[in-house]
Amino acid sequence: MMKRFLMALALLIPATVLAAGYSGPLDKANIDQSDKASLQRGAQIYMNYCLGCHSMEYQRYQRTFEDLGIPVDLGEEFLQFTGDGPGSHKFSAIDRDSAPEWFGLAPPDLTMVARVRGADWLYTFFRSFYVDDSRPFGVNNEVFDNVGMPWVLEEMQGVPRKTYERRMVDGEMREVYVGIKSDGTGRLSEEEFDQAMLDLTNFLVYTGEPMILERQRLGMFVIGFLLVLLVLSILLKKEYWRDVK
Amino acid sequence: MSLMNWIDKRIPFSNTMKLHVTEYPAPKNFNFWYLMGSLAIVVLVNQIVTGIWLTMSYNPSAEGAFASVEYIMRDVEYGWLLRYMHSTGASAFFVVVYLHMFRGLMYGSYQKPRELLWIFGMLIFLVLMAEAFMGYLLPWGQMSYWGAQVIISLFGAIPIIGDDLTTWIRGDYVISGATLNRFFALHVIALPLVLVILVFLHLIALHEVGSNNPDGIDIKKPKGSVPEEEQAKFKFHERYTSKYDIVDAIPFHPYYTVKDIVGLVVFLILCSLVIFYAPTMGGFFLEPPNFQAADPMVTPEHIAPVWYFTPFYAILRAVPDKLTGVILMFGAIVMLALIPWLDRAKARSVRYRSTLHKVNLTQFAISFVILGYLGAMPATDLYTFIARVCTILYFGFFIALFFYSKNEKIKPLPERLTK
Amino acid sequence: MSNAPVDKGRRRFLTVATSVVGGAGVVGAAVPFIASWNPSAKARIAGAPVEVKIDKIEPGQLVRVEWRGAPVWVIRRTQEMLDSLPLADSRLRDPESNEPQQPEYAKNQHRSINPEWFIAVGICTHLGCSPQYFERNFGIAEGIDSGFFCACHGSRFDIAGRVFQGVPAPSNLVVPPHYFIDDETVLVGEEEGAA
Repeated sequence: MMKRFLMALALLIPATVLAAGYSGPLDKANIDQSDKASLQRGAQIYMNYCLGCHSMEYQRYQRTFEDLGIPVDLGEEFLQFTGDGPGSHKFSAIDRDSAPEWFGLAPPDLTMVARVRGADWLYTFFRSFYVDDSRPFGVNNEVFDNVGMPWVLEEMQGVPRKTYERRMVDGEMREVYVGIKSDGTGRLSEEEFDQAMLDLTNFLVYTGEPMILERQRLGMFVIGFLLVLLVLSILLKKEYWRDVK
Repeated sequence: MSLMNWIDKRIPFSNTMKLHVTEYPAPKNFNFWYLMGSLAIVVLVNQIVTGIWLTMSYNPSAEGAFASVEYIMRDVEYGWLLRYMHSTGASAFFVVVYLHMFRGLMYGSYQKPRELLWIFGMLIFLVLMAEAFMGYLLPWGQMSYWGAQVIISLFGAIPIIGDDLTTWIRGDYVISGATLNRFFALHVIALPLVLVILVFLHLIALHEVGSNNPDGIDIKKPKGSVPEEEQAKFKFHERYTSKYDIVDAIPFHPYYTVKDIVGLVVFLILCSLVIFYAPTMGGFFLEPPNFQAADPMVTPEHIAPVWYFTPFYAILRAVPDKLTGVILMFGAIVMLALIPWLDRAKARSVRYRSTLHKVNLTQFAISFVILGYLGAMPATDLYTFIARVCTILYFGFFIALFFYSKNEKIKPLPERLTK
Repeated sequence: MSNAPVDKGRRRFLTVATSVVGGAGVVGAAVPFIASWNPSAKARIAGAPVEVKIDKIEPGQLVRVEWRGAPVWVIRRTQEMLDSLPLADSRLRDPESNEPQQPEYAKNQHRSINPEWFIAVGICTHLGCSPQYFERNFGIAEGIDSGFFCACHGSRFDIAGRVFQGVPAPSNLVVPPHYFIDDETVLVGEEEGAA
């Protein structure tokens, strides 16, 4: 039955795939929770582009400011667009009664979206929107088929299109799908956009579990302590069991 | 020591400690597998204490439950730690209980005179599953909701009364706040109380018949049959020595307390690794959809119970008929409870039993693990086929055991414990 | 049994060392349980300082505001009330406010920053009821026409929250930290310059 436990450990990889319907490859999000600058940039993108529709109702502004090293007065001025004070939760400005009519479904709260979907999924999702005129908002997403939202970051990315190239395949010239490419009209270059999406992913991982750094730090102390206790308890056991041998 | 005298004249404290701890004769050859019982008690205490603390900030209502869990995670000082200790403890409980049960199967710890001890153990296992199932509804996430929906619907398979019964269990036409409130009451008060009483009875029964050991032979010999110099050199309670000559035994305290502490510390290190570095255990201890609030309108794409239920869930899914599936699922547990009477061999420990039995027990363990894996995966044609084979092997273990154990050829049993 | 004699000293040392370290572990494990009883982030935010607009308060009027879930009184005292303060001195338990029931800047006869404005936590120092305010007809002695009376156990306080002798309450009412942001606003719950 020890095997069962080990098997459970071995299953970690498929388990993350269970989270989403999409089963294609995901790009690895190399995020760093201790990179405050990245988290701050991510927060800025979220507050400006996402919070209008997607609330973050389990996370307080004040906690965010403190954890991300943003002075409260600056945060209130530049990042807080809703709520009464820095102690408020991040509710979105959207009218929750009308939203289902506009989008078919109320935009989900995203406080813990990273815990539901995983960081890699989010990072890939942000970079997988493409123009699709058959959809109500004119865009679709490779990772989230028939996504019911407009592409709000077009201003940053430019217009993303599925791109094909003519290539020789098996001795024939064919149209080959080479991925999604921006038309270059966006404010950011491709590398800058990828970095921005990494920052946004980083921020969403943070809001999913804001105590993540504290948790890992405390763990070192606890395990260090237990190792000391382990050495002592082994010596103690050996000492007593001399009677038995 | 006069205080001790004062107490002992009023309640049998010293005598009880001697009887069950300091002068309790335990076989000297306990191995790794014998650690699990002690660990289970530690986990039980952890679950009770962290559970009490969680109820201090939890809001058992359909409107507030999900938000109150996040309140615990974010606003309450160390609330996240208390919650992860509780959620990790739940899985750890099943890890040690499954290992503990497998130990019993390996060394024949259910055989005469330990049948009742085994039955108490099975009751603990049942109550533990009910406790875990009801506790899983409380965070009121998507998996909480739909997992409870699926499991409660099982009772709908019962002929005639099924539908009314499921409605009665839920207290509503769907899982609702009423269901949440009654599950909360059962999870935090009723079932823990039953669990503690059963654990107490399990221990009393254990100390009455004495611990089994990896050799499966008795350390209590008939009075007067063992020469003085061959008897164990330790002082045991006269309750044991007046009736038997005791060989190859050591007092539980200090020898097994110091040994169990080593095991406990290793166990705590493993638990800490999970709590501090992988609290969701990749979706096995806390499932990703459960970080979304319950939504009665949308079912998650893939519903799987938590890992400790998956072997039984796989059996349920393997059967094409609803009622039969439910019967077999519960039958899987009933068979385990009946094993003291199914196994008729003259030896307890697998060490002295036939190759056939060793093969049978091994295939049983492997089938169980595979069923556990399949129960967590989506049901494809191939997986369903494998699940059916494993279900047959699971039940085959018990049926074959019943027939071959009667005249099983066993190796000669030693007189005394081997190393 | 091994033939080597038991080294009692080593055994005792290891037992004590393991017990001490293990005991420290138990104490450490208790920390999260104890700390979780502290006010949560939610409670701390609810307990943030409150701003009170005072420009509309009439002389003699009492305004209640909630701070940390408790009533805080803001009273604009009349000249008559202020004149009555010295008359009560001989009947009070702590007329000089020697007990630290107020910030240093309110340790004076009128127990406030500005004599006109009295700000106190409206909770009796006996067992936690909220006393009633008597703007007039307090009737405890000649010239003392206003004060506070706790109906629960009969404690009395003068119009500066100072407790009278011979009543159950042991000490004066608590004056919370506060300061005047401007002529129209007072901030209850924070000292000036603390932010």
